[in-house]
Amino acid sequence: MRLVLDQEQEDLRALVREFLADQAPMTKVREVVDGKSGYDRELWRRMARDLGLTGLVIPEAYGGSGAGHVERSIVAEELGRALVPTPFLSSAVLMVDALLALDDVQAREELLPAVTVGDVVGTVAVSESCPSWHGETTTSARPDGDRWVLNGEKNLVIDGDIADVVLVYAITALGPGFFLVRGDADGLTRDPLVTLDATRPLARLSFSDTPARKLDSRDAAAAKSRIADLAAVALAAEQAGGLGRAMELAVDYAKVRVQFGRLIGSYQAVKHGCVDSYVDCELCTSVVRYAAWVADHRVDELPEAASLARAVVSPAYFGVAARTILLHGGIGYTWEYDAHLYYKRAKTSELLFGDPHEQRALLADRLGI
Amino acid sequence: MTEIVEEFRVRARSWLEATAAPRATGSLSPAEELDRARAFQAALFDAGLAGITWPAECGGQGLTQAHLLAFNEEAGDFDLPISPFLIGLGMCGPTLVDLGTSAQQARYLRPLLRGEEIWCQLFSEPGAGSDVASLQSKAVPDGDGWLLNGQKVWTTGAQYGDFGAVLARTDPEVPKHRGLTMFIVDMRAPGVTVRPLRVMTGAAPFNEVFFADVRIPADAVLGSVNEGWTAAVAMLGHERVSIGGAVQQSSNPLAFSSLVETARRHERNEDPVIRDELVGAYLRERALQLLNARLKQEANTGKAIGARGSVLKLVRALNAARAVDVAGMVAGSEAIAWTEGDTAAAALSMSITGAPGLAIAGGTNEVQRNILGDRVLGLPKEPQVDRDVPFRELRVGTQREI
Repeated sequence: MRLVLDQEQEDLRALVREFLADQAPMTKVREVVDGKSGYDRELWRRMARDLGLTGLVIPEAYGGSGAGHVERSIVAEELGRALVPTPFLSSAVLMVDALLALDDVQAREELLPAVTVGDVVGTVAVSESCPSWHGETTTSARPDGDRWVLNGEKNLVIDGDIADVVLVYAITALGPGFFLVRGDADGLTRDPLVTLDATRPLARLSFSDTPARKLDSRDAAAAKSRIADLAAVALAAEQAGGLGRAMELAVDYAKVRVQFGRLIGSYQAVKHGCVDSYVDCELCTSVVRYAAWVADHRVDELPEAASLARAVVSPAYFGVAARTILLHGGIGYTWEYDAHLYYKRAKTSELLFGDPHEQRALLADRLGI
Repeated sequence: MTEIVEEFRVRARSWLEATAAPRATGSLSPAEELDRARAFQAALFDAGLAGITWPAECGGQGLTQAHLLAFNEEAGDFDLPISPFLIGLGMCGPTLVDLGTSAQQARYLRPLLRGEEIWCQLFSEPGAGSDVASLQSKAVPDGDGWLLNGQKVWTTGAQYGDFGAVLARTDPEVPKHRGLTMFIVDMRAPGVTVRPLRVMTGAAPFNEVFFADVRIPADAVLGSVNEGWTAAVAMLGHERVSIGGAVQQSSNPLAFSSLVETARRHERNEDPVIRDELVGAYLRERALQLLNARLKQEANTGKAIGARGSVLKLVRALNAARAVDVAGMVAGSEAIAWTEGDTAAAALSMSITGAPGLAIAGGTNEVQRNILGDRVLGLPKEPQVDRDVPFRELRVGTQREI
């Protein structure tokens, strides 16, 4: 079990961090948050084409680098740190993992190479009335000539309103399956939702006899679980990155802010608050490294490791983000200051795909308590 | 030619398999435990497996950290009865290696390594715990030696200790850190009184130690006169000897696996609230395990843990406190009353009453947070009102005696 990065992986991290610091500073994030623009397409293309960051788990046969989940989690962490809105979670995580978990060669050939060059945005739609991916599925699919049609509604679809393709989990008369829907399909209504976190676009998708192609799969339910577990690993890494940055904001502030004649970091209450965030950071980094390593090396331990990662990191990130605001005092509460962006990303991440309560219940079952 | 690590590992493993018992819950008397420990340590030494990283001229094996790690990894599967020697092996011995004179090394290191002489560490006093540098035990010149007077507290192992590393004040005219000297004290010398210190678990693993005109010879200074603080920092800085590792023993009643077993025994493991609490215990324990493993791996790549080790201690104490809550929920009445002879209940009670100690001994949770904040995060230190004041003028501890 390896929980430390090798030199190549450290170099990858440094490369991504530098790139994002240069190409995606907070001012760019703000443009999206303030509604002045969508995600930076040029940045996304460069991340894909020039740096190969979207094809890390894609096999070389499809144009990827065939690296692994440790590498991908490094990128996720840096993106979480920078908060920069990109279709990474939807396209380079959810859709890629779905295509690799399903058995549809045509879809892989069509979409995976496009992901590696940043030419397609894709997403996976599972959540319905609640964020959970383990809830009831009512969206239905029935055959219609040589294709299928979907009816129903999907909620909280990441990048759902801009995606070129959506992989939809729906129920047929013979059990569940995944269906490929084009973004411009007939009978598809896409409502971009107002979100707590402006850096993570979410949409509601309504299907009314929407044409779709059924994707080959031996076991769609099992594939869904696997996609959920791998998403958990990537998202936990992203959360850990944001947690680390939020902690740094507080520590940096404590080193410059003076009240009552001395730096506030010299008061134990403030110092210990910063340390509690640091402790969370160290624990979460360890758990995230473990989960990513398991994703690469121990396929049967993945469900437990994924639940562990989400259950530990989700509340920790939100706790650190909230504490960062608190340690800043009034300025931390302003729109202008960045702390609230981490707070909102943390809360959203905590609940996406299923809240910690559900993760814990799942884990209780998986641990055989 | 130095034995390569994997060959050393194989040698260590086969010796351990032949000599050491697998993890067991013993029920020997303290005297029997001590005999068992001495016999084991002597055998370990004679097999060339003691003092793995200590210089060969000091009685050690002169091998590398990698060898030590290999040994510790193999040793993790066994129950090594070496707790009486942990302070000697982990703290006093390495400090003798660092700072001792060749005469001191020649006299003390081999018997220490072989388990023939047991060492203790005498720093803390009733008036000097977190602020140990404000200690008041004093050593005044007497002929060519010294006369030691004062009181130490929390001394582990003093009840069977042969020698101790004691910190005493030798110059009250300078600020507190600068007027201390570390001495080697013979725990059986006239004037040394050891009194057991009973803690809330009911056991007495610690002692109070009183010094009344104890004669200390001239050659018993460890390091230099008035340089005791440097020696103390060096001693505290040595990594705790981690033979057996910091792995949670499954026999620990507060470990996740034990809590689940207890819950099952009381048929409480189906209750969703209890299940959630048990998962919480698992998350805390597993995250700490993974952090421990990661820091070890980082240390192996040359990135020393340093002050970050305080995270491990802090989290372990915090986890234990939460685990006590969970234990109460799953154990029910057994946590508060049990029939004589119920060893499981007694063990649980011991860990419930022992948990507060984890948050205090070796530096309280608050001190650990101070260390992390100042040394790892680089936060500004709290103003120190006593740093440059001559000790004689300070308000210290519980007495004002100069």
